[in-house]
Parts: sequence; structure tokens; C-alpha cells
Amino acid sequence: MLLKVENLQAEIEEKQILKGLNLEVKPGEVHAIMGPNGAGKSTLASVLAGREDYEVTGGEVEFNGEDLLDLDPEERARKGLFLAFQYPVEIPGVSNKLFMQTAVNAMREERGLAPLDMFDFDEYAKEKIELLDMRADLLERSVNVGFSGGEKKRNDIFQMALLEPKLCIMDETDSGLDIDALRQVANGVNALRSDERSFIVVTHYQRLLDYIKPDHVHVLYDGRIIKSGGFELALELEENGYDEIVQQYKNA
Amino acid sequence: MAEANQMLDLTRQGQVESEYEEINEILKKKFNYREGFETRTQVETFEKGINEEVVRAISAKKNEPEWMLEFRLKAFRHWEKMREPHWAKAKYEPLDYQDYSYYSAPECGSCGGACSTEEGGEPEIDPEVAKAFAELGVPIAGDDANVAVDAIFDSISVSTTKREELAKYGIIFCSFSEAVQDHPELVQKYLGTVVPYHDNYFAALNSAVASDGTFVYIPENVRCPIDLSTYFRINEAKTGQFERTILIAEKGSYVSYLEGCSAPVRDTYQLHAAVVEVIVHEDAEVKYSTVQNWYPGDEDCEGGILNFVTKRGICEGKNSKLSWTQAETGSAITWKYPSCILKGDNSIGEFYSVALTNRRQQADTGTKMIHIGKNTRSTIISKGLSAGKSDNTYRGEVKIMPSAEGARNFTQCDSMLIGDQCGAHTFPYIEVENSTAQIEHEATTSRIGEDQLFYCQQRGISEQDAISMIVNGFCKEVFSELPLEFAQEAEELLAISLEGSVG
Repeated sequence: MLLKVENLQAEIEEKQILKGLNLEVKPGEVHAIMGPNGAGKSTLASVLAGREDYEVTGGEVEFNGEDLLDLDPEERARKGLFLAFQYPVEIPGVSNKLFMQTAVNAMREERGLAPLDMFDFDEYAKEKIELLDMRADLLERSVNVGFSGGEKKRNDIFQMALLEPKLCIMDETDSGLDIDALRQVANGVNALRSDERSFIVVTHYQRLLDYIKPDHVHVLYDGRIIKSGGFELALELEENGYDEIVQQYKNA
Repeated sequence: MAEANQMLDLTRQGQVESEYEEINEILKKKFNYREGFETRTQVETFEKGINEEVVRAISAKKNEPEWMLEFRLKAFRHWEKMREPHWAKAKYEPLDYQDYSYYSAPECGSCGGACSTEEGGEPEIDPEVAKAFAELGVPIAGDDANVAVDAIFDSISVSTTKREELAKYGIIFCSFSEAVQDHPELVQKYLGTVVPYHDNYFAALNSAVASDGTFVYIPENVRCPIDLSTYFRINEAKTGQFERTILIAEKGSYVSYLEGCSAPVRDTYQLHAAVVEVIVHEDAEVKYSTVQNWYPGDEDCEGGILNFVTKRGICEGKNSKLSWTQAETGSAITWKYPSCILKGDNSIGEFYSVALTNRRQQADTGTKMIHIGKNTRSTIISKGLSAGKSDNTYRGEVKIMPSAEGARNFTQCDSMLIGDQCGAHTFPYIEVENSTAQIEHEATTSRIGEDQLFYCQQRGISEQDAISMIVNGFCKEVFSELPLEFAQEAEELLAISLEGSVG
């Protein structure tokens, strides 16, 4: 088991958002977390990544056999947990190159590997730029500054490719993307799928899942997973919306 | 550290959780001032206090000619009638000028400091002083090929390297005191022409008690082959340092001049009131770079250096150029506006500045660009970084005189806040008296936010590395103007000065 979430409860500003969430992710699996606005989707992503604004009030999370909640955000990242942000942050004056070389070397240190110098890093990055069909000047530009919405999301995928994480959490990566950008992002993700790498795709709409086929689909509502299934569950949601499932859950 | 922990607990109890709690917590960590050591050596220090007798005694100590003493006395009498200015955005109690000593020098054996004027070659440097400079990484033995150094310890210059080599080009590079002895005609011609003794309170004080400083003269059409540099060190407690630097670039010449400074850790304010005058003639260019790392004081900036400096240059001839580049990280209070008087037609003035304040440091710094000649151009790039509980102010004036046909100015002032208890202020004054002038002014304020830090952390980058990466990115435009070794030093200094904020 790569990730095991048990009865996770979390709050922000004293408001309970996650109310006992369970989730298990095996290596190589792709899980989609779907749900209406305010269900706690982004909270789940943030809590797993270790954002300080959220307070975990109960439950346990095991990542690769370790207590995840005990680790600082950078330690989680170094151990292979990657978050693709809903709103990737701009860092003026810091080039993608410096940013990612620093990040890659932090990961390498954790894995007991020698740091990459500028030349090695350039070569390594070029490979990934080609793999993802990104603009060649990507490395020279400041982190996300002057990037379009689509470019920012793709830059996150590029970072994912460089850092080679074990678990990728994608927080509403599809929000604000037009269909072309969506396809590009999905192609990037698909290029990075492997037997060892798992994904948690958090999304409101089913359309991203047409491109990134999940093995499991979960419906998140009111801080809990109320229904799980295969890809067909996503199709069902597309057809009927969340109301029916929510109603069933409330009646039960 | 115990205190810091206590404070932390109190905040927790009080449930006062701000968005910047974590940054503020890091900011409380102990600050590390690497240059804070003290040198113990035999010194001759004047009794505390200032009066006409003291001014005369300083002059006598330096064997000065009558005209220099007259200059001092005129300035002193004027200073006595002036009031300490408090218009800067910095709070401090009025200073007790009688509580400072106005002359201090390491004794070199029998001759008691006056030996530099005696015949018989180079005086020996006090080994303790030499050790201090070695520790600071200042090459006073002249073994660094790329730079000539004038090393100033408290009130006197202890060593000036590579003078013979420079003399071959006709370049004069010596201490101010020596210049008064050896090149009186040049000193008399330029002293007080750019910064008159009555210019302001601290300039007047400096003119009265000027200790030492550097004198640079670059003859016509000479391109100075190496960087010239001065390193200022204040060692004695309760001593003021009042250096006077004059730099003259004759027609068609070029020089790059650097200055650095530091002081030991003390528990009372130390005063540093320098005056720098730069004269740039036709077609000449001067690059003047400063890395200022005076002791900023303790947690509350008690005991730090009060850095009240008047730096001004005149682009006298046409097509002349003067660039000021400064990285200001030290001092409890900085009050400093390196300025350019653009008198010659087509002359160019530049000001590139990074000012970092942390803890309770206060910096009020900027520039003045006075456009007199036709088609004169000036560029101002100022980057202010405030962390801790500090205040960082940019104050600048761009003045276009009626004669300055076609003058242009570009100003960019960027401020960055680190944490939520610091302040950034911008006071740009623009006065245009010629309608053909073009003035551009841009200003931004940003904050290193939790969002940026979390983004970096999520990529495996520690909080400290993230802050220094963001800060260096912010300052890049200015650092690229500094000479190479200096740029590196400035970057390192920034990292150390942020240690209080970065951990």
C-alpha cells in the first residue's frame, strides 16, 4: 500500500471540513476524487501535502509505511509526494531553472544521490521538456510569471516529471483550462504514468477523466467518501449530477 | 533563545495566530554578525567630547597645513549653530556629541601614529590590526592581483597597497591625510566643492573632525587597470568615524571604486558620518560601489552603527558618467542619499541600490539626480527589503532644471516585505522645470507570502532556501551592477543578514 488514509478529520479556522475520510491507494493506481463544491476535495489535497492552515483533528495517514502527518511539507515532498496546485504560485526573479535545480537536488539528497550540476541538470531537464513537448525557453523564465493558466498547469506537470514522485495529487488541475490545454496537461500526466507511480486526481468535472482514465472513482461529500466505484461511476455522475448520489447517502 | 521561546508560548496562549506566524517565528532567531569581533591593541584615543580644542588637536595630530585647519574650524563653528536633523523616517534620541571620542588610532610603537608622514618608507602595520583585516578577508598585503586596497582602522589609514604600480599610470591612491600633505593643491581645489561644509549637519561635523579617508586621482585618459577599494573598520567603542573621501576622474578616464565596512559588536551606538565627493570630468566614467555591513546592533538594534553619510558626485564635463551601486545590510540607522549633479551635457547618473533591514533596523536611503545639462539621463533602481520589525524607506529626488533640455529619468522602486511587522515606504520627489523632460516612475510592493513558501516546500525546498532564493531573485538587477567579487559578497551578506529571518 502506498497511501493509507484512515478516518481523517481536519478543520480550518475551527470549521470541520474532513469528517472521517478513508482511502487506500496502491502503487500504479489512479484514483479520481470527485464531488460538489465545498465537499472538501481541495482540503484533502492540502492536508496530504501538509499545508499549515489546516489542522488535523483526527485519523491517520500512512505513506509508504511512514506516518505522513508527522512530516514537514518539504519532507513529504522529498519522500515522493507531489501536489499539482489548483493555482500554481508565481515567484518573480527566480528562474524555473534555479527553482527546479534546487528542488531536484533536494530530492536527490534524500535518495542518497549526488547533486546535479548546471550542465547535468540542463541535460536532464531537456529530456523532460521534449517528453512533454514544452517550450524550449521554459527554464529561463521566472517561475510561473507571465504564464497563461494553461502554461502554469503544464509547468506543474513539468516539475512532476523532473521530481519523479511516487504519488501525484492533482488538485483541480482542470479548472480554468480550455479543451486544448486540458488535453496537453492530460497527455503530460499519461506520459508519466507507470506501475510504481500513483495518482489522485481531484476534480469537479468528469471531462478530465476522459483523458486520464482512473482505476477508481470516489465521490466526496461533506467530508467523507460516500461512494466508490470504477470509471462507470464517473460516467454516472456526468449523466445524473451529484444530487442523486447525495440524496441516496442522506436517506441511508 | 529562552526569551524567544517564552514569547512563542505567550502567543500560543493568546491564540494570536497571524498568517505570518511562522515567518515571524523564524525572524526571532538569533542574528549572526560575523564581523563582530574586537581587536585589542595599543591605541591612542582622544578624550570624549568635541570643542575647538579637539578640532585643533586632530589637525595637529595629522600635521596639517593652516588651510586645512581653517576649513575644519569654519565647519566646526558652523556646525555648532546647526540642529541635528530628524526629518528622516527613523526614530532615535538626539545624540550626545560630547559622549563620543573624535580620534582613535592604533599606536605603532614609538612614533605614535604620526609615522606615516615620516621619512623612511612604509610604516609597519600593527600585527593585531593586520590580523583583523586578514580575518575580514581584506588583502592589505597587496597580494590580490585585481584590487588595490586602502584599509582604514578607526581614525587612520593603516595601509594602502599597490601604490607604486598605480603611480606608473599617474594614478594617486592614498589616504586623505597623506593627500593633504603630498597633494595639497588637488585637495584644496576640490575639497568641499561638491559637498560644502555647510551642506548639512553631518557634513559640517565631518568637515570639522574628518579623520581619514581615501583620495583617488585618475589622470586624463587613464583607464585604471584594477579596482580601487577602501575598507573601513570601526574598532574602538564610543568612537566616531568621519572619513572624507575625494575621487577625481580627469577627462576621458575610468575607475571602478569599491568600499566595504564593518565594526565589532558593541552595546552603545557608534557614529559614522562620512562625506564622499566625486568629480567626473568630460568623457570620464566612475563606478562607485559600496557594500555596507556596519554592525546593526542587538535584537533591538541597540549599540549598532548610526550611518549618516553624505555622498555626492558631480558630472562636471559633457558625456561623463557616474554610477552609484550600493548593498546596504548593516547599521542600526542608515541615512544616505548618494547623488549625482548632472552638469555636463549628455552626462549620465545611475543609482542601483539594495537595502535590507531586519529586526529594528531603520534605513532611509535613496538618491538625488539633479539634471542641469542638456540631454542628461539618470536611472534609479532601488530594491528595499524589510524583515523583522524594521522600517525601510526609499527617498529620492529627481530635479530637472530649466536648462536641462531633453533630460530623461527612469525610476523603479521595488519593496519587498518579509513577514508582517515591518514597513516599506517610498517618497519620490519629482521637480520638473523643463517641459521637454521625460520622467518615468515605477513602484511595486510585494510580500514573500506563505503561498510562495509552501509552493517551494512542496517541491522539497526548505523554507530558508526558499527565502534566500526569492530575495536574491528580487535583487538580481542591482547585484548584476556590482563588480563580480562584490556581487558574491553582497549575496552572501544578504543571506547572513537574513539569517535572523531565515534561521
